[in-house]
Amino acid sequence: MVIDKIRKRENSQEENSKKRADIPIGKWVKCDKCKEILYKEIVHDNYSICPNCGNYFRLSSRRRLIQIIDENTYEEFDLNLSNINPLNIPDYPKKLQSLKEKTGLNEAVRCGIGKIHGEKVVCCIMDGNFLMGSMGSIVGEKITYSIEKAIEFHLPLIIFSVSGGARMQEGILSLMQMAKTASAIARLDKEGLLYISVLTDPTYGGVTASFAMLGDIILAEPKAMIGFAGPRVIRQTIGQELPEGFQTSEFLLEHGFIDKIVERKEMKNTLYKLLLVHKYV
Amino acid sequence: MSNSNNKKNVLSAWDRVLLARDPNRPTSLDYISLIFDDFIELHGDRLSKDDASIVCGIATCNNKHFTIIAEQKGRNTKENIERNFGMPNPESYRKAIRFMKQAEKFKRPVITFIDTKGAYPGIEAEEKGQGESIAKSMFTMSTLSVPILSFVIGEGSSGGALAIGIADKVIMLENSIYSILSPEGYASILWKDSSKVKEATEEMKLTAQDLYHLKVIDKVLPEPTGGAGKNVEQVANLIKNEIIENIDALSKIPVNNLLDNRYKKFRKIGNYVI
Repeated sequence: MVIDKIRKRENSQEENSKKRADIPIGKWVKCDKCKEILYKEIVHDNYSICPNCGNYFRLSSRRRLIQIIDENTYEEFDLNLSNINPLNIPDYPKKLQSLKEKTGLNEAVRCGIGKIHGEKVVCCIMDGNFLMGSMGSIVGEKITYSIEKAIEFHLPLIIFSVSGGARMQEGILSLMQMAKTASAIARLDKEGLLYISVLTDPTYGGVTASFAMLGDIILAEPKAMIGFAGPRVIRQTIGQELPEGFQTSEFLLEHGFIDKIVERKEMKNTLYKLLLVHKYV
Repeated sequence: MSNSNNKKNVLSAWDRVLLARDPNRPTSLDYISLIFDDFIELHGDRLSKDDASIVCGIATCNNKHFTIIAEQKGRNTKENIERNFGMPNPESYRKAIRFMKQAEKFKRPVITFIDTKGAYPGIEAEEKGQGESIAKSMFTMSTLSVPILSFVIGEGSSGGALAIGIADKVIMLENSIYSILSPEGYASILWKDSSKVKEATEEMKLTAQDLYHLKVIDKVLPEPTGGAGKNVEQVANLIKNEIIENIDALSKIPVNNLLDNRYKKFRKIGNYVI
């Protein structure tokens, strides 16, 4: 549901996750798991995985795009949407503006059509650097538009999720984006089109409880945190500690809620294979 | 119906939150027994459990048959434990989905009553796929080929409320609320201070009037001064009239148009400029 529900279970992990989202400027980066100082380019050339301990760094949508979509094939939908401020929260527009400048994104998701080893797909990639990938009116609109384009062009759909959930600052209108996106996925489903949902660290709240959990096939990166309610809220509600590994990809796989955990290096090939299997359906 | 508009107009959003949460406020089953002739409750998700925070069944009103899906709070501790404080587990949403599909099979309109603090945040709820169950419930409702009406009668909080709220018409009682999460949660997240709950309430736009102006809901039904509990028969009658009128009108719409309208109704909700 919410941005800060995504706290890790232990304080040390909590700090780590903050650092992870915040890769320092410069040529060096510290792995928050093994604490090794690493040359950034080596990390990036290694799919943003620590070459020392295998820890996954969080990916910006730009890097995700490079890893998944064939070079020069991605055409982003030009929707030219601008936020307005339904709850009249004083610093919300300013915050959005500064995030736009800082990230070069216009919102927390990138949407467009591109190719995976030559196979055309509609592909949405959320970006955790933009208000923790939270879903407000524009994210909901862009995702819904993308689903409708997949229907119009009869293309498969892939959505990479990373999100704290519905965006608090747009109140009930954010909540309603769950209804909107889930309804659009239902339409896609009736058209017999393939939807692959890929869950990455972290995916929570209103995103988990709408399009992210509605894939025909649901993949996840290893050790990603995925859930509906955040660990802090659950802990507060039940007044006890949470079990080891709770809400990780491995936990979801064990309980039957995702189809497969896929290593980052294998993601593009796995998606390609799945696309081919469904090509002539 | 509204015997003291002046008094009602001075209610703050926080006053309405208190009314919506009043332990003596009529619950779904109170309305169901007053509106319908012979409610037959049916249980279970046919997978693992009967979760009592959502009540399902078949009922008759004005010689028409309906499927009822209703979030149910308890009145006292014993009832609340039984009802999980009106906070549904995944089994409740799966039970709801089962009855939606049954309604479709037998061409019965669906009436839902929304009244929850939210879907339950617990270990078992996560193990059993709380997110998936809510998503699937909305997914199912959005293309269900029978008319659907939703009434928000108390608290409509977060995905746990919306899960059974994808309807052709969404109607709220005057002192009910509908929001992205509780005001306490909102204050805690945005201001790191859950004691600022009143400020949060005023900012969130969660009253029936706010939601009507935001075009998220279709209609607000008036309550007597002091809240629905002051005259539950009167409020039940208003709901009953809405059911009769709306179902009559919706039943005449060809299914394709009905589904198209339902899609567009939610499709257009959002706040942005092109």
